[in-house]
Amino acid sequence: MRSSPLKTLLTTLLGWIVAFALFFPIFWMVLTSFKTELGAISTPPEVFFRPVITAYQEVQARSNYLHFALNSILISVGGTLVAMLLSIPAAYAMAFHPSHRTRSTLLWMLSTKMLPPVGVLVPIYLLFRTSHLLDSRIGLIGIYALMNLPIVVWMLFTFFREMPKDILEAGRMDGATTWNEVVHLLMPLTLPGMASTALLSLILCWNEAFWSLNLTSSSAAPLTTFIASFSSPEGLFFAKLSAASTLAVAPILVFGWISQRQLVRGLTFGAVK
Amino acid sequence: MSAALDVENMPSQPHAVTPPPGSNERRLQRRMLPLVSPSVVLLLIWSIVPLVMTLWFSFQRYNLLDPTVTGFAGIDNYDFLVTDPDFWTSLVNTLVLVGSVLAITVVGGTLLAVLYDQPFLGKGIARVLAISPFFVMPTVSALIWKNLMLHPIYGIAGILWHAAGLQPVDWFANYPMWSVIIIVSWEWLPFALLILLTAVQSLDHSQIEAARLDGANAIQQFFYITLPHLGRAISVVIMIETIFLLSIFAEIFVTTAGGPGNATTNLAFLIYSRALLQFDVGGASAGGVVAIILANIVAFFLVRAIGKRLDI
Repeated sequence: MRSSPLKTLLTTLLGWIVAFALFFPIFWMVLTSFKTELGAISTPPEVFFRPVITAYQEVQARSNYLHFALNSILISVGGTLVAMLLSIPAAYAMAFHPSHRTRSTLLWMLSTKMLPPVGVLVPIYLLFRTSHLLDSRIGLIGIYALMNLPIVVWMLFTFFREMPKDILEAGRMDGATTWNEVVHLLMPLTLPGMASTALLSLILCWNEAFWSLNLTSSSAAPLTTFIASFSSPEGLFFAKLSAASTLAVAPILVFGWISQRQLVRGLTFGAVK
Repeated sequence: MSAALDVENMPSQPHAVTPPPGSNERRLQRRMLPLVSPSVVLLLIWSIVPLVMTLWFSFQRYNLLDPTVTGFAGIDNYDFLVTDPDFWTSLVNTLVLVGSVLAITVVGGTLLAVLYDQPFLGKGIARVLAISPFFVMPTVSALIWKNLMLHPIYGIAGILWHAAGLQPVDWFANYPMWSVIIIVSWEWLPFALLILLTAVQSLDHSQIEAARLDGANAIQQFFYITLPHLGRAISVVIMIETIFLLSIFAEIFVTTAGGPGNATTNLAFLIYSRALLQFDVGGASAGGVVAIILANIVAFFLVRAIGKRLDI
């Protein structure tokens, strides 16, 4: 189908206007992060200015940014790792040796995602309090692993299903144990799928802001909680807020860009590919 | 539950049949039990224990600050909840927030999906920029919008208003719910776009071509071919968004804290404030039960709607 040059010009224009409008708050945040505190609130706003990195230096010096970043990394990676370790065997079993219960098991797993977190806030908070898990990384890792488990199992299941069964069967004929079959055949062959599953889980853990806000305060607080501390009136420093936010968002934004296509599968439980 | 859609489409369904007892495959299936059970058992505990506890607490007199308040409360907590005007306000706020964001993101997402399906210059980069807000953590989006965008004096909106000679608007004071809706829509519009774009791209373009040759104009092509093709993906978007939007919390927590008054207190925020600000475990749990029921009603209807569409 050929389209007229005028139509292409209009779509190009419209497509870019929309993209710029949606991206503008992020662009403005990055721009503001390189201003001085005074420059950040000057009216009319500075668009061309001499960029400085004082806001970044102050965020680290005053509030120990790296501590919260490290928490975010440990909790996200920990939660993802636990979820993957639990899911790989489960998804393998259901994809390659399905029984009459497989379908209902998968559906039930998914239905656990329908439980609103706020509905179980009280018991989880009290359980964490009695077991001294409040403001601990381990507690949050456990919650994140369970929270993402259904999505991770589903996504791995759909990736495993696409792999030809014969390869694994050939391996079994050659006397490979289940362990060898999974570790030496399945995992290397479905590496891209596993990587994008892990990436989605990382993104979801990194951006999770219900449990982190309610269950952590300082020593285990990830970046979501740290950024929330800027909401107090005395914390209202636009440049520092922007610098901290830019650092918090940048890595996940890049992950998201890399894996956008695979994300659709994970986010819709394979319903839209 | 939403998975019901895909189970029908699962590849190579035939080998899921039950093999005869004692067969090799049956033995293998039994060997698979230890592989599946850790996930199943953990999820079972995760989904049942807190649920039962919430139900239990909702019938108890239980306040963390006052240990003398104990014992069976009967339906007092529920009674107190439904006679509390704040509860009904929060319910209405929840529905307004979910409904408005759904309308904005689904309509906007559909139109943008069609736009980004057209060939144009630098489409790849434009698309990446457009979906970026989805990857921004909720606390960051909320604070960026509150301070850099909607701040009456230093925000972009304030500056634009000022430049146009208008009186700057204090968005969060005068239009608190709209401000929250704007932030949440900005986060979820890219999600709808991402999913619906994938669905649009799977459309067989020869269909559009045939319709065009039959004299259908662009609007007719959209309503008679593209939109029906997107039906299923739109249902999926609505369902997934609803489940997340019912528990919107961080955006409210860092911008309005439910205020002014209770103008932006949704059910999630009400339960939070009952539980962790007033330490009323019984009352918060009753609210939690309502939230769970609400989510289940929505899930039930949406799954049914999608199931019906599938049978065709």
